[in-house]
Parts: sequence; C-alpha cells; structure tokens
Amino acid sequence: MNQISAWPDYDAGRYFCELTRQRDDAGPVPGWLIQRLERIGMADLRARAAAAETELIDLGVTFTVYSDATAIDRILPFDCIPRILTHGEWELLERACIQRVKALNLFLGDIYGPAKIVRDGIVPGELIFGNANYRPEMKDFPVPHGTYVHVCGIDIIRDEFGDFRVLEDNARTPSGVSYVVENRHLMLRAFPDLMAGIRLRPVDDYGRRLRAAMSEIAPGGLDDPQVVLLSPGIYNSAYFEHVFLAREMGVPLVQGSDLIVEDERVYMRTISGLRPVHTIYRRLNDDFLDPAVFRPESALGVAGLIGAWKAGNVAIANAVGTGVADDKAVYAYMPRIIKYYLGEEPLIKNVETHICREPEGLQYTLDNLDKLVIKPVGESGGYGITIGPRASAAQLEAARAALLADPDNWISQPMIGLSVAPTLGEDGIGPRHLDLRPFIVTGKESWVLPGGLTRVAMKQGSLIVNSSQGGGSKDTWVLAEDFSPEVLP
Amino acid sequence: MRFDPVLLSRDAEGLFWMARYLERVENLARLIEVTQSFESPGYERDAWFGLIRINADEKNFAERGFSPDADHVKRFYLLDKGNPTSVQANLEEARTNARTLRPLMSTEMWRQLNVFHRFASHIKPADLEGDALSRLCTALKDGVQAHTGITEGTFYRDQGWYFYELGRLVERADQTTRMLDIKYTAILPRDGEEKRVAELTQWNAVLRAAAGYHAFKRLTGPSFSAEDVVHYLLRDPSSARSVLLCVRRAEAHLDDLRRIYGLSQAWEAMEVAEYLRELLLEKPLSHILAIGLHDYLDIVQIHIQKLAGAIGRAFFRDWRPAPIAAPSSQSQSQSQGPAEVTT
Repeated sequence: MNQISAWPDYDAGRYFCELTRQRDDAGPVPGWLIQRLERIGMADLRARAAAAETELIDLGVTFTVYSDATAIDRILPFDCIPRILTHGEWELLERACIQRVKALNLFLGDIYGPAKIVRDGIVPGELIFGNANYRPEMKDFPVPHGTYVHVCGIDIIRDEFGDFRVLEDNARTPSGVSYVVENRHLMLRAFPDLMAGIRLRPVDDYGRRLRAAMSEIAPGGLDDPQVVLLSPGIYNSAYFEHVFLAREMGVPLVQGSDLIVEDERVYMRTISGLRPVHTIYRRLNDDFLDPAVFRPESALGVAGLIGAWKAGNVAIANAVGTGVADDKAVYAYMPRIIKYYLGEEPLIKNVETHICREPEGLQYTLDNLDKLVIKPVGESGGYGITIGPRASAAQLEAARAALLADPDNWISQPMIGLSVAPTLGEDGIGPRHLDLRPFIVTGKESWVLPGGLTRVAMKQGSLIVNSSQGGGSKDTWVLAEDFSPEVLP
Repeated sequence: MRFDPVLLSRDAEGLFWMARYLERVENLARLIEVTQSFESPGYERDAWFGLIRINADEKNFAERGFSPDADHVKRFYLLDKGNPTSVQANLEEARTNARTLRPLMSTEMWRQLNVFHRFASHIKPADLEGDALSRLCTALKDGVQAHTGITEGTFYRDQGWYFYELGRLVERADQTTRMLDIKYTAILPRDGEEKRVAELTQWNAVLRAAAGYHAFKRLTGPSFSAEDVVHYLLRDPSSARSVLLCVRRAEAHLDDLRRIYGLSQAWEAMEVAEYLRELLLEKPLSHILAIGLHDYLDIVQIHIQKLAGAIGRAFFRDWRPAPIAAPSSQSQSQSQGPAEVTT
C-alpha cells in the first residue's frame, strides 16, 4: 500500500503517506506525479533542488536564527516534492478553520466582555484572568465586527489513520504565509514539468484579501484608509515576511520610529510631513506595542498607540490580548469553547490533551511520561518539548522535576504518528513527517488561503518541523474541484 | 487606483545612503587602481599611504592596528570589515539599507545587491596581490555598475528615486575631488624630462581612474596641461564624473522635488548647491592652481558635505523629536536613531 513501484525503497511504514495513500478525489495525480519525478530523475532533481535553494538565498528569502550572540540568515530548506491535498480534504480543512476562528473571536469578545463562559463554568477563570497574555486594557473595548484575530495560523497534523487534528492555534502574529507564496513561485520556475496540466487552487490572492480585511476594520467612514505594516525591523527573524506582506498589500512597511501619536491620532513621518494612519497590521508582540502602556523600555513600539486605538482613531490587527486564546492550556478547552458558542462539534478534533494544572491530568502525565509528549504552555517554536517515547531516562527525570515544580506550566499529549510525505534527502527519497499551517484572514468574514504552509522535518524520523529547529517546507497543492484527469499528459 | 506615493523620511534617508555607500565602493575601487599605477620601485609605501591621506583615514588606520605599508593599506580598504571606510563595511551598510528598502526596490535590484555582497564577503588576501588586484577592482566596479544599471532600468521614478540619485551625485562629487587630490600625493622625480614623463603618466592614470581618458584625449589632443585635467574633472559640464555635472544634476533634482512634489523645504539645499556651483566656476583655474589645489579641494569637499547636511535637515531629520542625547554630527556617515535637531 505504501510501496511505490518507482521507488522500491520508499516505505512510509505505519504512517499515513500524503502522496501515496490513494484518496478517491485525487484522481490519477499522485501516480502521475511519481511518474513525472521519475522522468526528471534523481540527478536532475537534485540539481534543480540545489538551484532552487541558491535562488532563495539570492533573493534573500530568509529568516534569521538567533543562537547566543550570533544571528545567521538562513533559508527555509525547500523540498521540491509537493504535498497534495484533495478538494474534499481542503473543503473540510477550510470549514474547520473558519469554525475555529469564529469560536476564537467569540471567546475573546466574551472574556473581554461579560465572561459568560467563565460564569457558566466551562473554562476556569484563573486560566484566563491569571494568564500572562490576558490584557486588562481590553476589558469592555469592542472591536470592529467582533474580530480580534484577523490573521490566524492553525497548526494541523494528520494521524496514522489520515484523520486531521488541530495541534495548536496561533492567534497572535503567526508567520510563514510568505513561504506559501514563494514556494509556489519557486515550483513554477524550477519544476514547470512537474505541475503541467494539474489544476491547483491559486495562492496569489493573499495580499489582496489581507489588505481588504485591514480596510474593513479601519475607523468608519473612510473610502481608502491608510494601512501600514508595523515591523520590529530588519533584525526580526520574520523580517522577510514583513517585506513580502507590505509589498503584496501595497502598503508602507513602517517601524515604531516612523509613527507618532498626536491628539490620540496616529501619523507616519514622511518627507512631506505627518500623514494619518488608519489601520496597523502589526508584527510586533503586545508587550512592545506601546511603551506608555506595556514595556516602558521598548523602543520598537509607539508611545500613545493604545490610547489612539481606544479612542477609536486607529485599528490594530491582530487585536491586543489574543494571546490568551492560543495558549496551550486554553487550547485544551477549545472543543468545549466551540460547542459553547456555536453549538457545534469541532469539525477537526484537538489532539487529546492532559492539563497538568488539573490533578488528574498531572497524575496521568506523571504515570505515563514515557508515552507522552510533554509541552510547556507558554513556549512556541517547538522549544522545551520532551518526547517521552524518545527521551532518555535522564531527560524523563528532568521533565518529571519540571512538571512537579510548576504543574500549571505543562500539558501532555499522546504521541501522534504524524503523517509523512516523500521528501528528497541525502540518501534518496524517503518519508518525512510533516504538518500544515493554513492561514485565515478575517475582517468582516473569514477567508482561508488555499493550502497553507506545509512544514516538514528534514531529518529522517524527526517529528520537529519548526523552522528554528531545522524544519523545511514544501509547496502545498490543493487540487481544484474542476480538476479533470483527462487533460493530463 | 489611488496614486499618492508616500515616502517615509526613514526610507528617503535609506535610499540616499544606499546610493552613497555603493558609489563609495566603486570609487574606492577606482582609487585603488590608480594608486597601484602610482607605485614606483622603492616608493610603494608612499603611494599607498597617499590613499590613506586623501581619505583622511590616518587615525582610523592606526587605530585598527595597521602599519603604513602597501599590504596593510590594501587590507584596510578591501578586507577589514571593522574599518568603516572599507569596501566590506560600505557594502554591508548598503545592504543593510537595502533590507529596510526592500518594499521600494525591484526584486532585481535586491537580488543583485545580495549576490554582490556575498561575492565581496569572499574576497581573500590572495585577491589583493599582483595582477589579481586589478581584476578585483574591475569586479567591484562591475558590481556597482550592474547595480546602477539595474536601478536605472527598474526603479520606480517617484520621490524615492530622487533621493537615491541625490545620494549618488553627492558621493560622486566628493569622490572626484579625492581622485584629483591623490595626484598630489604621488611621488615625482626631481626634474627634467623624467619628471615631465612621470607627470604625464600620473595624470593619465587619474583620468583612467575617473573613466575619462578617452573623452579627455578626444577633447585635448596629445598634449595637455594639469589645468586641462583639473578642468575636466571639476568643471566640464559633460564629463560624467565631474563635480560640476554632479552638482548641477543635484540642483535640478532638488528643483523637481520642489516643483513636482511640492516639497518647498528643498530651498536650503538648493541654495547650498547654487553656492557650490559658483565656487566651482568663479575663479580661473590658473588662480586656483597657483594658490594650491589641495586647499581648494578641501573647501569644495566641505560644501559638498554641507549640501548633504541640508538635504538631511530638510527631509530626513527635522521631523524627529528632540534627541535624548545629541549624537555626533559627523555628516559623512548615516545617522543612527534620532538625529540632531539644528535650529
């Protein structure tokens, strides 16, 4: 089943393979793709993959890794064998993402408002009001269209049975969307023969959709509001993406020092004087936004920004205080949150999660350390994770000590056999684990970029797909509905 | 479609300086080439130290722990990343500015600069030796010229382009004065025919470095005087690198900014440019040469710096809040953070 005649050594084992597992609505695409890869041949495939990576370096499609005192520009390793999502799979993913964002926004509106969900005993109050990412400044401050999370990235994995599961919500400033678009461009340039005749959902619309959402949330009555992208600057690891998004939206890329607040209005400093700003898509954490309200030492933000926002003179996306919703501890309650606000079951389930702040969750975790993945609730980027089944005795003991020292800081989940896809490695084409991060843009309504970022662990057997830890990416193909197999050569 | 280009002051400053840093790289390559041709047996050291002198880098050079010999001067300018006047540092600064300017630049501009930067970061000591040096200088010039050409062919001509051009013109004007100045650091035989020939050779080298040899010969014929060369590099309104041509074009650009974009604050810089133009033309060259070209070039350089300062005050700086601590007002490098508010 998981064996491919063209690659006799390829074996996905017990994992779900995203390419070779036949799905009814994929038509002959997987088979043809494999034939086309065969036709290109290993040597040419390698040469073209190398050329594609050089191109990424030349174009500066890079992110920055900080280790100790050094900062190194790296490319996100690119794997040239695409990951395929069928029309049916995408339809489910799209609906599930919209459902989830809707619930996140209702949840945020509630907890910064009447907090009914707490009063009804669905989510413990201390999880919200005691959360470091809860912003009291947001209390009783309505946001346009009830949208707090304008840009959301939801990390989704696929288990051994091929069932999708949500691993994590990213509701603050999720990154990676630029790679979705750049990867597609790269594929079109370097592998036109691989893509010929296969109709895919396009990914080029992101900038327009984002710009439209940013205009929808601008203070009322403006035909053509001034939108800007606020970046921490060139030393930020996602700076390339900031450039990309500013360009795709056609808006100025500003830094804190370019903005000034006067009489609770925000202006940018131009060669012809101060110009009003109406919507700020910020790629800066809450903490740094306004030194007058949050961290006083932050030189990245703008003094008075929160005041201008609360006066209704500027829109900020994502809203301040969304971090309380994508917290790993709150994540565990998401199925109940969806049910509470929407009266629906989640279209895509969570990964089963044990909350160590609850005695039974802690006990279960301590009893099954060697079978579970143990995660700190406040970290991102794959840091601080212990993978029980792969940890040494010493690592397990360290995890146990950390859990006991501060149980509130931890959750645990069963080890999921992440799906795999054929990936070009040093010893040929082999299965590598991957996940998917679709991006959802919400102004008045939600829109999901077809596909999303497929992150792949480039090392054989590795489950860590994070770019900061050696993960790479693949182009994600969503097959179009009107895909007609007859036209394929 | 809305057509209302907004240019952030920070970006205007970034464009101005990106152009300056790149122009410096090209001119440094030119100066190094001409210096190599001034080397005469036994006097290599003097020729190379002359380069340090015309760039007023004596202190910087000593502080970086170098000693005044040919090898060290070459390393100082071509390899030393810690020397702010080196090719390496200038390219680093140009690329750092380019990174902040990427939404304004064409992909092709960014790509070329990125690749060029990488090329320069791989320069090895062996590339500085013998005949390799001249090839390296050619490659550096080619790199900047490719940049200039790509910019010409792809960069959108709004206000941003004017600031880019202003930076390039200001820097080129300054560098041409240094190219002339370097002739006066060169060693000449004491007198006689030998001296006459050596002088001719040196002027020819300066003209070649300024890419003006052929045009100059076409204008003057086989025999020429020092005055002719000085005229060509300072005052000839058609010579591509002449100070006058740069100043005139800068003036025209400032006027465009004022007229087309309504940026009336260009007036102060225009006045400085006008004064500079007068300074270049008012006195006969024979008079200037008699008083001393070196001192005259110093005055020209000071006014070129004033022009840059006036552009900065009008467009990059005045809007900024009062500084917490006044930084140094060194006008030859880009300001970091809030700049001084001059009243």
